[in-house]
Amino acid sequence: MSRLQNTLAELKAAGRAALIPYITAGDPDIDTTLDLMHELVAAGADVIELGVPFSDPMADGPTIQLAYERALKHGVGLRDVLALVARFRARDNRTPVVLMGYMNPIEYMGYETFVNASVEAGIDGVLVVDLPPEECETLTGMLHERELDTIFLLTPTTSDERARAICAHSSGYVYYVSIKGVTGANTLDVDNVKHHVERLRQATELPIAVGFGIKTAADAAAVSRVADGVIVGSALVNIIAQAADRPAVEITSQVSALLSDMRNGMDAA
Amino acid sequence: MTEQRDYHQGPDLRGHFGIHGGRFASETLMNALEELSDIYGRLKDDPQFQAEFDHDLAHYVGRPSPLYLAERLTEKWGGAEVWLKREDLNHTGAHKINNTIGQALLAKHVGKRRVIAETGAGQHGVASATVAARLGLECVVYMGAEDVERQKLNVYRMKLLGAEVVPVTSGTRTLKDAMNEAMRDWVTNVDDTYYIIGTVAGPHPYPMLVRDFQSIIGRETRRQLQAQAGALPDALVACVGGGSNAIGLFYEFLNDPSVAIYGVEAGGLGVETGQHAAPLTAGRPGILHGNRTYLMADDNGQILGTHSVSAGLDYPGVGPEHSWLKDEGRANYVSVTDDEAMAAFRELTRIEGIMPALETAHALAYAKKLAPQMGVGKRIVVNLSGRGDKDVHTVARMDGMDI
Repeated sequence: MSRLQNTLAELKAAGRAALIPYITAGDPDIDTTLDLMHELVAAGADVIELGVPFSDPMADGPTIQLAYERALKHGVGLRDVLALVARFRARDNRTPVVLMGYMNPIEYMGYETFVNASVEAGIDGVLVVDLPPEECETLTGMLHERELDTIFLLTPTTSDERARAICAHSSGYVYYVSIKGVTGANTLDVDNVKHHVERLRQATELPIAVGFGIKTAADAAAVSRVADGVIVGSALVNIIAQAADRPAVEITSQVSALLSDMRNGMDAA
Repeated sequence: MTEQRDYHQGPDLRGHFGIHGGRFASETLMNALEELSDIYGRLKDDPQFQAEFDHDLAHYVGRPSPLYLAERLTEKWGGAEVWLKREDLNHTGAHKINNTIGQALLAKHVGKRRVIAETGAGQHGVASATVAARLGLECVVYMGAEDVERQKLNVYRMKLLGAEVVPVTSGTRTLKDAMNEAMRDWVTNVDDTYYIIGTVAGPHPYPMLVRDFQSIIGRETRRQLQAQAGALPDALVACVGGGSNAIGLFYEFLNDPSVAIYGVEAGGLGVETGQHAAPLTAGRPGILHGNRTYLMADDNGQILGTHSVSAGLDYPGVGPEHSWLKDEGRANYVSVTDDEAMAAFRELTRIEGIMPALETAHALAYAKKLAPQMGVGKRIVVNLSGRGDKDVHTVARMDGMDI
């Protein structure tokens, strides 16, 4: 069982939902991201999703676009992100890290190089926004061979038939996108999420984590009652954006304050 | 003798042209793309749909567009005959309308009341706003902020037609960023919105259906040259940004081995300077905007900013079928610089009284090199993909005038 699968199985046994924060690697710089990762774990993160900066983030709203731009100003690329995770692993060998990003950086690095480097750096899972199951077989095959998990998105427009096909390629968890739209959009309808999560339970036994639109501790608590994991991205990245010019310690303390609120809200739920 | 390849088999069922193409899109869009594939699959061979399309092309667009022998240009260049396929004479002034007419029919069939489009030079935006006005659909056009500035005339035309033009300020503020923003809109509004992609790129089935709608250009060309000269062309030349006018001309002739094919990319300040928009000439395959194709990107896979004097060619990718034709060696992809294109713009204007779009001028600049090499007795067809009215103020600025 992979580190990610193990973590989620333990949480399930304890009856707790996973708290999965997303931040963009290199936003506002690599060293701050490293501090942030440790702080997120201290504040209650169970898994970290780490965004790989890309010049053309088609599926992201303005918040994540700007985070990518802040990282790209320092030229942060996939190699830097892998090196960052290797540094993180020097102090934390327990918290799973999932890379989230777009296909072209992986295409340009080459699949074999990417998979080997990911294993070496201590990556646990990979989520590629613009890689649907129809196109994924070569890459997911290589990732599974090295026991890396592959996470796919499911959305309100995903049919039951597609959901089954997607889940067949998935491992670790599946990521249910709570809305039609890009990251950072602001409507969360928990009843609707509950309905879709129950629908997806028919397609998979994997843990179902929910993201998009979760902004507050109350949102996190509400979603934790209906799903196995709560993913929070833009709300954290907005804090980084507002504090980007401040000392790193201010950024990390503000971000971890929101995350602990969420953790407390979820644990009380 | 080697067996004749059939270049009309692509794409496969999942949209692949060799290693290129495919459907690399967000999950939210996959249902809409599958639905579009299904509906197009049914309609493409439906005589009633084809009749409706042909009727609109004849009576609204004004097809067939003429195939014109440019005698003075031929004489001046001293070699092969230069024939111009006059797509500039279509309604709205470019080949783009062929595709938007077809896609508007599809939008009608899928019952969407809102259409969106991306545009570079504004020609596709104008063609989209035009069909939206005609069908009473709401229309939003995404355009890079830099392009909004350099194509003011087309921006105003779109507004007059009732479209909302949204300037895109992210990234490099050009065509690729407009396409990103259109994709984001589509993900958000997929229930009531049809996305009219303007070129032979994007996720399957777009490269195929845009090609099919544009391939009328080549079919007419074959018939017209046969009627006027009793011959096949010896060479075809067209500019390539995303590549829709080029594939429109080329597709009909892919299985005629005697017809040489040249796609002309924007060499900008020169391919060696890095300031260009020539992914087939200088890029490598990667994934952008839903398909695998040749791209301009750095070692990290970040898409590079492009440069061209013409907004319509200022794009770091290219339609996947062109990437495949390059890999297959069936078509040749070359580039010409901004300066060469500008010279060709002026030359056609003065010699033939036809003012081409700056995009189109790239094809002419290459034909000028090709004509003397091919020699007298040969025939080149250049796709005169659009008219140059929209570029007049850009040219005036180069002449030091502000109009």
